[in-house]
Amino acid sequence: MATRQTQLLARTLLTPAVALLFVWMIVPLALTIYFSTLHYNLLDGDTQQFVGLENFRYFLTDPAFLASLQNTLVLVGSVLGLTILLGIPLALLLDQPVIGRSFVRLMVIAPFFVMPTVSALVWKNLLMHPVSGLFAWIAKSFGLTPIDWFNDAPLFAIILIVTWQWLPFATLILLTALQSLDEEQKEAAEMDGARALSTFVYITLPHLARPITVVILIETIFLLTVFAEIFVTTGGGPGLQTTNIAFLIYSQALIQYDIGSASAGGLVAVVIANIVAFFLVRIVGRNLEA
Amino acid sequence: MGQITLQDVQKSFGPVHIIKGANLDISDGSFVVFVGPSGCGKTTLLRLIAGLEDVTGGSILIDGKNVVDVPPAKRGLSMVFQSYALYPHMSVRGNIAFGLKMAGLPKAEINRKVEAAAATLNLTPYLDRKPRELSGGQRQRVAIGRAIVREPKAFLFDEPLSNLDAALRVQMRLEVTRLQKQLATTAIYVTHDQVEAMTMADKIVVLNAGRIEQYGTPLELYEKPANLFVAGFIGSPKMNFVNGAAAAKYGAATIGVRPEHLRIARDGEGWPGKIAVAEHLGSDTFLYVDAGALGTLTARHVGELDLSAGDDIVLSPDPSRIHRFDKDGNALRS
Repeated sequence: MATRQTQLLARTLLTPAVALLFVWMIVPLALTIYFSTLHYNLLDGDTQQFVGLENFRYFLTDPAFLASLQNTLVLVGSVLGLTILLGIPLALLLDQPVIGRSFVRLMVIAPFFVMPTVSALVWKNLLMHPVSGLFAWIAKSFGLTPIDWFNDAPLFAIILIVTWQWLPFATLILLTALQSLDEEQKEAAEMDGARALSTFVYITLPHLARPITVVILIETIFLLTVFAEIFVTTGGGPGLQTTNIAFLIYSQALIQYDIGSASAGGLVAVVIANIVAFFLVRIVGRNLEA
Repeated sequence: MGQITLQDVQKSFGPVHIIKGANLDISDGSFVVFVGPSGCGKTTLLRLIAGLEDVTGGSILIDGKNVVDVPPAKRGLSMVFQSYALYPHMSVRGNIAFGLKMAGLPKAEINRKVEAAAATLNLTPYLDRKPRELSGGQRQRVAIGRAIVREPKAFLFDEPLSNLDAALRVQMRLEVTRLQKQLATTAIYVTHDQVEAMTMADKIVVLNAGRIEQYGTPLELYEKPANLFVAGFIGSPKMNFVNGAAAAKYGAATIGVRPEHLRIARDGEGWPGKIAVAEHLGSDTFLYVDAGALGTLTARHVGELDLSAGDDIVLSPDPSRIHRFDKDGNALRS
């Protein structure tokens, strides 16, 4: 039905949405680019002068930048690895017919619905707290010294929290993929003499290649911008140990009140995200081709 | 060797009895077709033999050995699935070789066997392609290749041709039959298509509602159906059934006459009627005749016949070709 009328109608109806998206995206981007070329600090309000690329030089040569870039990559990589390594066995378990399966599935998916701030607070105060936390109590009841998570292994603690949040997503995607695996293929493998492990390696895992790719791509987008968990628990510290790019930009803008430098940082983050996306698509993207 | 015997095999899913005691003797090298309407249990029976389902009762003997507790791979059977169930991420070579690889054969031997199987099935040029790059008929051949390469005691086919178009189905039918004769391996073939059953089988098993209604050669089933169900199921168009006085005249509750055994005349002795629809195929003429109290009768005439809808005619059954059934539907033999 691609007549001229329907095309005109489609365009007319799409216009408000496109216009809105355009304004909401382009205006902030343009302003960010504009601010990134200014000396613009809220602490000395009146002097906004053009400084060229000085803000970029300042942001990129800041030792905090390299540290936070490394933290970002470690965080993203670890959470991706953990959610997939744990998600596959979990999905396989949930695919088994057990009593109360739908209830178990619902419970497994629940963490995804907890907002990041809340889950970070729960982890910080109820689970990982070195005095009153559940982990400390378990350690003490075995006669061990409780771990002070956010001082001794702060980045690992953040990785645990974020993994806990994203594991349901990975599990859910992989579970739906498992359910779409042709039953006859498994039976054919059974007739061919494949045992459980061989069936998993030769039949199930290749079938999961595509959903794993989807999980990696989608999680990466969100994991590059993890903020609430860090803000609530460690505040980027101790030192710079849990500062990622997103948190660094925040601290430039709203702790040091340096809008120009924060804008430059924001643009750097856009570039980094694109570089990561480019490599990801190169590495795993071909799994998405039919 | 591939002698398969079923002894009182039963299968229930919960309270539902799918197979109600099947006894069957399949001799080595024969081509046996399970045929029946959908839901009659033919696929279940095949899966029981394959070991993909556990029997509820009875025993399955392969070469005299009870295999009900033997896992599928150890039964020495191979199966061709309705959806082909090819492994989509493996090449044709990988698909055919998978069973041998699982059996732990040396690489050189696997290659030799895979190439031999591929040559038999004209698949050699496609060995390195993925299943999605093949046509329906080629996929079908890969599935068969995967089955023959393991040199099984018997092949199990689960409606393997139902996803092909009509022309290809006829061609594959011939290929499967020829291959089975060439390899002289026992084959069990499930279909709902009675033409496939009649053309391919050495012996046919007609199943209905979980029961074996009759087991015999295609012509036995055609000429001596054991009961009303087999009589109505085998043959196309369906056999005509007549009850009441016309049947009582032959000493039966019901008589059946195949459309091709009704003589068509403009007048004379027999069952008068009016043609409702006449189908002229050139090679055959099918007449659907309103015969009053007898209901609608179908008559077949080989060749062209100058009759059309609305004509009054008389149908007379060939007396030597009348099938007589008692009130329970079982055939009466004189």
